[in-house]
Amino acid sequence: MAISKLNFNSLNVTPTASKGIGFDSGADDLEASFSGGSMVFISKFTSDGSDDTATFTNIDSTYKEYVFVCTNLHPQTDSREFQVNFRDGSTAYDATKTTTYFRAYHDEADSATTLSYDGNNDEAQSTDPQYLSSSVGADADQSTSGILHLFNPSSTTFVKHFISTFNHNTADDYSQVIYVAGYCNVTAAIDGVQFTFRTGEIQGGTITLYGIN
Amino acid sequence: MAISKFNYNSFNVTPVASKALAFNSDADGFTTASGSSMILIKTLTASSSANLSFVNGSSDVVLDDTYPVYKFLCINCHPSQQGGDGDEFSVGFRDGSTAYDASKTSTFFSSVHGEDGSGGAVAYRDSHDQANATGFQTLAVDMDADNDTQVSGELTLFNPSSTTFVKHFIWRGNHVHSSAGIQDTYVAGYCNVTAAIDAVQFKMSAGDIDAGVIKLYGIADS
Repeated sequence: MAISKLNFNSLNVTPTASKGIGFDSGADDLEASFSGGSMVFISKFTSDGSDDTATFTNIDSTYKEYVFVCTNLHPQTDSREFQVNFRDGSTAYDATKTTTYFRAYHDEADSATTLSYDGNNDEAQSTDPQYLSSSVGADADQSTSGILHLFNPSSTTFVKHFISTFNHNTADDYSQVIYVAGYCNVTAAIDGVQFTFRTGEIQGGTITLYGIN
Repeated sequence: MAISKFNYNSFNVTPVASKALAFNSDADGFTTASGSSMILIKTLTASSSANLSFVNGSSDVVLDDTYPVYKFLCINCHPSQQGGDGDEFSVGFRDGSTAYDASKTSTFFSSVHGEDGSGGAVAYRDSHDQANATGFQTLAVDMDADNDTQVSGELTLFNPSSTTFVKHFIWRGNHVHSSAGIQDTYVAGYCNVTAAIDAVQFKMSAGDIDAGVIKLYGIADS
């Protein structure tokens, strides 16, 4: 009788829970020791050119750290802030946050530079979205790119820390890098994350969500 | 007749595109599993090297639209000389020609602290940023060249194959300063071109990268 399907115990290797199957270092046997890596793709948002929001609701206790890689987010309108907010139990993205915000900029004309804390763009127990980039330009080749780390969002014991670094072109042709860190000052789990521009649409770019094992 | 070869549908699991075969969490059945999203593409090891270059399509290097984001990990890059023009670790980007001269606008700031406890400070360094310049971007300055000193850091390059957007990059690294202390350097900017970036080169401002490793990773998005 022909074998129709191979089962887990059909292979000449000891099954190990949640491990992948590969060849051993001598390429002369099987082994079940592959963990598949620690940075795991979860989902991807690709702008269709007219998105009001980019929303991720697949945040839970599966991973202790979530990483959002944002590439070429393009605003509908000049000088708009790219921003994030967090959901902590209701349907609203309004978790209370306290944050820091500092930046460096340098213009293409080489006329201005800064390294400074910006007290206008940090938050103190605010439910407003947190700016990740400011004054992003809307020329066809302008955008913002960066990475946001969110730590242990499912905790019901601790506040939820996050850290981001974003670089962008401003509307008046500066290279500006923004460093944000803070915490959602809630012990409820964060189960959703939403990105928007302060006004107008997301008219290009991708956001890819990864979990860190 | 014995089965001589097993095919994708020979296993008691539903095939899922781009997933690997694994045992389930009870070790009593098969499942499909994701591989890592951070894929090692190439490792270059310096040995009195004038530069270390990652060129798409050469020596197994991939630097195209295969991945939307690339990371370079620079580990223990040690300069051959100290002082003069030879103590700056730098990067250049290629945007269509054979030269690493893509026009860049960038920011550069760093914090420093001496081994003797002196000089703790953070400041913008406008002698090392760029304003639509084609020269190499400095990533570490005033490096010490003692045998045990070096620079290590990480450079992220976003969507280098885009022909629509400028190409953002972000670096953070630290090194031993020639005056004996730590310098923690933050660089960010963009190649102000819409041509694709298809190669990246690291070098010292003069002399060689005596030793060290630079690893290129692609960050998969599926």
